[in-house]
Amino acid sequence: MPQSLFEKIWQRHEVVPQTADTPAVLFIDLHLTHEVTSPQGFDMLRSRGLPVRRPDLTVATIDHSTPTLPAVGGRRPYVTEQARRQVETLRRNCEEFGVKLHDWDSDFRGIVHVMGPELGVTLPGKTIVCGDSHTSTHGAFGALAFGVGTTEVGHVMATQCVLQRKPKAMRIEVSGQLGAGVSAKDLILHIIGTVGVSGGTGHVVEYAGSAIRALDMEQRMTVCNMSIEAGARAGMVAPDDTTFNYLRGRPLAPQGSAFDEAVQGWRTLRSDDDASFDKLVSIDGAQVAPTISYGTHPGMVIPINQRIPDPADASERKSLSYMGLSPGQEMLGTPIDVVFVGSCTNGRLSDLRAAAEQLKGRQVNPRVTMLVVPGSEQVQRAAEAEGLHEIFAAAGAQWRLPGCSMCLSMNGDIVPEGALAVSTSNRNFEGRQGPGARTLLASPATAAAAAVAGHVADPRAAA
Amino acid sequence: MRKLDQLVATTVVIPEDNVDTDQIIPGRFLTTTSSEGFGDFLFRDWRFDENDNPKPDFVLNQPGAQEAGVLVTGVNFGCGSSREHAPWALRDFGFRAVVSSKIADIFSSNAQKCGLLPVVVPEEMHDWLLANPGAEVEIDVARRTLKAGGQEIEFPLDGFAQHCFLNGVDALGFLLEQDAAITAYEQARKA
Ligand code: SF4
Repeated sequence: MPQSLFEKIWQRHEVVPQTADTPAVLFIDLHLTHEVTSPQGFDMLRSRGLPVRRPDLTVATIDHSTPTLPAVGGRRPYVTEQARRQVETLRRNCEEFGVKLHDWDSDFRGIVHVMGPELGVTLPGKTIVCGDSHTSTHGAFGALAFGVGTTEVGHVMATQCVLQRKPKAMRIEVSGQLGAGVSAKDLILHIIGTVGVSGGTGHVVEYAGSAIRALDMEQRMTVCNMSIEAGARAGMVAPDDTTFNYLRGRPLAPQGSAFDEAVQGWRTLRSDDDASFDKLVSIDGAQVAPTISYGTHPGMVIPINQRIPDPADASERKSLSYMGLSPGQEMLGTPIDVVFVGSCTNGRLSDLRAAAEQLKGRQVNPRVTMLVVPGSEQVQRAAEAEGLHEIFAAAGAQWRLPGCSMCLSMNGDIVPEGALAVSTSNRNFEGRQGPGARTLLASPATAAAAAVAGHVADPRAAA
Repeated sequence: MRKLDQLVATTVVIPEDNVDTDQIIPGRFLTTTSSEGFGDFLFRDWRFDENDNPKPDFVLNQPGAQEAGVLVTGVNFGCGSSREHAPWALRDFGFRAVVSSKIADIFSSNAQKCGLLPVVVPEEMHDWLLANPGAEVEIDVARRTLKAGGQEIEFPLDGFAQHCFLNGVDALGFLLEQDAAITAYEQARKA
């Protein structure tokens, strides 16, 4: 029977298939973990006297609660003592259970979804989980990667397995090519606007089509990252030469001839021609414009040069009133206060380059505070090696240390109450970036163009 | 996990659609390392003003909310972040079940693991519940039924999750029993 990519990976990882009464027992090849959703999992192990079954398949990092300002007098400026303790707890847990932690001193510390691929632990065909909904990012490599809750984090620690009902399969085909000045972020915002924030519920999405094939790995990660914003469990792209070229030489990827052998296997990881899907969506890549959100969920998006539509229902009305925006209003020209470039969606080198291109030789508008936060130590180094940090500094933006930062603002990097931010992150929920903060989601180029203009601006005009 | 077989309770209604887990428990309360005591943070920014005074209009601040037991919400409840702190907060506040016509995947799975029953009802029943806050509902986990306003509907619940609710057991025990199969799988892959 013809199979989809998702079904192939699923089947290879069934320790026990699902029955009417019980979900499948699915083996997990890689468990990524961080300080926020792991402590209760480790506590569970301790209370039951269990070890981490496969520390060799477990990788930890610190990213969410970590300050992005440098240490002062050897002391990291954590937002609260509780945040500091959370990181110390992970450190202790990793020591006790023999898990590799990428701590402050690691060259590979970073946002969990940025550092996994950089290390080469994210590989095609793997099952990957993390107590974090944006685990879907890793699907860009042709892995089946999904977020789990903390109880399941404990399950994976104890058994290297999760209990799952098999999700349905959905295919989103993006034909043609994206236009000049249109990024992967614009594409995924457009997709979420098209399928809706619950359009992918219960499904694993495979992105396919010529416009997807043309994306580099960082762009594919941006697309897969936000699958969860359409309600999907996971997003994936079949691996190809773009994937293999990215992975070759990564420290923990197979090396030398073992890599070439692995590639032979990975080439079979594609949906069969007549594989069936429960849901199909087609999108014309040429129709995608630079896209921006205007509401309080990532499905409320429009092309940047259009006017805000009439609210569809009471929830959207409430959302617009929270945003302080009105139907019929143009997004272009809307004054903004904060710009955030970073996150697991858009905190990679190519994202920083796109922002720097807009800022080069220009100044951040005096009314705007701009933070640029690399997604990982590796991104930071690469950006500094090509002088991007100097472009940001010269323009008046703040160049910070790697971490989640203002994406969820639990480390103290917050958008002030009532302020309007253009963010390259993935969620514009009420208060996501701080109590009373308002968020417009956009690409790095759009965010940086807004920083210069002091209001929402079309990056194609400035470039 | 606390056992749940039958529940007779009243409802509290939060009618908004797409209520995300950042609303249910804002990110700044996630630095804790425990899994209890989240009730105070539930809907923090909807319940309290910037000086931590309760907003009297918000439904969870009205008398009886804490004793109600069942939360009825708009569609796609619990979307966004996978934080299990969200169902923990609802549970710690006093809810035993969340009812909507559509509930987000990860939230639903997390809720089942901490003893908070996700109940997906047909639209007609959903509309009735949204329109009748404070209504009495009867939930029977063994029969997978919800009764309200003189109507009874069946709701979907995975047989395994149902078993866990009815017996007050968590899924880890079952997973640990699979040890031999897991070991065999690991061996086969090494070969
Ligand atoms: S950058 Fe944002 S979305 Fe990504 S892992 Fe961190 S908090 Fe989550």
